[in-house]
Amino acid sequence: MSSFEYTLITIIGCGLITWLSRVLPFILLKKMTLSPAVREFLSFVPIVIMSALWFSNLFTQDLGHLPQLNLENCLASVPTLISAIISKNLLVIVTVGIVSLALIRLI
Amino acid sequence: MDHQLDQHTAVKETLPTVFGYLGIGIAFGVVGRASGFSPWLVLFMSLFIYAGSAQFITVSLLVSHSPIISIVLATFLVNARMILLSLTIAPYFKQASLAKNIFLGTLLTDESFALGMNKLNFTQGRLNFPWFNTVNLLAYATWNIATLIGALIGNYIADPQQLGLDFAIIAMFIGLLYLQVSADRSLALSLQLLMIGLTLALSYFGAVFIPSNLLIIVVTIVGCSCGVFIKHRFYPGQTTSH
Repeated sequence: MSSFEYTLITIIGCGLITWLSRVLPFILLKKMTLSPAVREFLSFVPIVIMSALWFSNLFTQDLGHLPQLNLENCLASVPTLISAIISKNLLVIVTVGIVSLALIRLI
Repeated sequence: MDHQLDQHTAVKETLPTVFGYLGIGIAFGVVGRASGFSPWLVLFMSLFIYAGSAQFITVSLLVSHSPIISIVLATFLVNARMILLSLTIAPYFKQASLAKNIFLGTLLTDESFALGMNKLNFTQGRLNFPWFNTVNLLAYATWNIATLIGALIGNYIADPQQLGLDFAIIAMFIGLLYLQVSADRSLALSLQLLMIGLTLALSYFGAVFIPSNLLIIVVTIVGCSCGVFIKHRFYPGQTTSH
């Protein structure tokens, strides 16, 4: 499979699954509802997955051993988090993050 | 906001949120370009996946050459909240045809959902197809135009590694996580901070024996299960809140 095919199939798969998760409840609502247990489980997904995507970039994996710290990403995370608290604006946060890592690499 | 449910009112009420879509859409375009994809492929992702922050996950996992099934599963998990939004808002369109319901669901976003819930306070609990569809269409148009702008700007950035652009995705998640924590009223703040700490520990120790392309999914499923347990054990007053 070529790299382009891999990307295209992935995009189509992601598009279909996203579409189904939006549309199926509109179609199936009269026949079934999610149990409270499932709803409760899903309520933790946004916070856990966003944390996991951040933290997984702070380590360099070494299977069988404790991971190494990725010092560049750890350091750049500090001003990024501070800018999030101050600005609450995604474009500002991303800009501060990019500039922080660029400065860290320059030094 | 007022009680009117026509298209003109919808345009007026959606405009403030357009700036939010513009910022994150441009950021997605730049990140997509910086990750090595062509502007048209980046635009195709926004047109076809249309999943906001989940698209950053799709791109980061594509770059790390994760298995297709794990990328699709991760995108689904990040966007699984759409099932809940969809379940909550669908009853207000029972009078509309099935085709109209499917079309509204297709373009449903966090922001159009939030606007719709807000609007209910001004209309004695009514929504209709023309109003909600206009909100959805404006959001979809803005998201894709913003993505294209970002992808084209990204063309002129020569060495993303040197510019620190590879940190854009991580910075985005730090921002989205902070905004999520500060806006989410359904979970106690101490529980949310506890979950972030727990996820840090799971990511760190999980990396010892879980391959990197499965780490995020495993951490998410284990983390959410722990979250349900902790909430029932230590936050009994919150067990039915949503």
